Amino acid sequence: MAPTDSDLSGRPVVMDVFRFLPDEETEPRFQRYEIPYRDDDVVLDALNHIKAEVDATLSFRWACRMGVCGSCGMMVNGEPRLTCETFVNEFHPEPIRIEPLAHFPVARDLVINMENFMDTLPTVKPWLMPADPKPIEEGEFLQSPGELATYKRFSMCINCMLCYSACPVYGLDETFIGPAALALAQRYNLDSRDGGKAERANVVTSHEGIWECTYVGDCTRVCPKEVDPAGAIQMAKLSYATDWVKSMLLPGG
Amino acid sequence: MDRHYVRKLPATWWLRKRTYLVFMLRELTSVFVVAYALFLMVVIWRADDPGSFSGLFDALDSPVGLVLHAIVLAALLFHSITWINLTPKVLVLWRDDEQVDPRLIAGANYLGWVVASAVLAWLVLK
Repeated sequence: MAPTDSDLSGRPVVMDVFRFLPDEETEPRFQRYEIPYRDDDVVLDALNHIKAEVDATLSFRWACRMGVCGSCGMMVNGEPRLTCETFVNEFHPEPIRIEPLAHFPVARDLVINMENFMDTLPTVKPWLMPADPKPIEEGEFLQSPGELATYKRFSMCINCMLCYSACPVYGLDETFIGPAALALAQRYNLDSRDGGKAERANVVTSHEGIWECTYVGDCTRVCPKEVDPAGAIQMAKLSYATDWVKSMLLPGG
Repeated sequence: MDRHYVRKLPATWWLRKRTYLVFMLRELTSVFVVAYALFLMVVIWRADDPGSFSGLFDALDSPVGLVLHAIVLAALLFHSITWINLTPKVLVLWRDDEQVDPRLIAGANYLGWVVASAVLAWLVLK
């Protein structure tokens, strides 16, 4: 007979957690924790329960608990997820396997090192570079709701790194600029107030840029903010390729 | 970084997730597209001398030839459909502050595919 809801809620939450303590071990291991089940717990709540009540040596990152800060991304049963938005009851009473985000070096337990991304991000110049800068006294650069709509989706990124964890291209080659940074470059290229597309071309269309993307599309699937980085990168490919053809065919570009 | 633990992707990474596998199939089926296109070009190139490949046509007009064609057709359909379904992601058009319906972009591609296939079929079968 299938267990009823009340039977299930009496069963503990079983968590198999990736552990790596660089001062003591050279290889990681999985540690099993069993904690009381609560129907409204998210995975992050369960980890905090472990840290507070069971094992204070467990390390992981989190901050806002509401899907905005982008700190608590981890592999939950092999999928990159924000643990503050992933409910325990999605898996309970089956064991939940928690690992640090894939494709990143592990600093300790569930904490990854994302320095590579932090170094790469500014190289795509993700800021407004107006074609005709004007002094503040002349007022703001105006934009219509339609002009905002063309890029707004791509501006919702919270740098949670789930897309890098989903991207096998980044997993195979960490020099790939990657989904979030390239989507942000396209976000500024699409902005009617921006004139920096040509200046970004050097990096964005380099070997490590948009052309390294083979459009697996998993970045878009896992994005918690529905940014669609894969779509942004393909749009950038079409846009820069069109510019190149024009520069070949038309005198003076 | 010396004290970090680095996880390497195994060569079988594309078997790990359904989405990776579908991607790999989409890429691999392009081999069938190119191979069959080359085959057709050779046939057309030597069309003025049908005798030179009558043996080839006999070989294709067999169970093995039919199975081969069925495999190529399946690969071509998979490649074309997954390809066309992605076109609205690449071509995003805006008209009067409204995004043109992505289904219209994909639909136009499907229409072009059907029309091109119909014209080819008419040329070959007439």
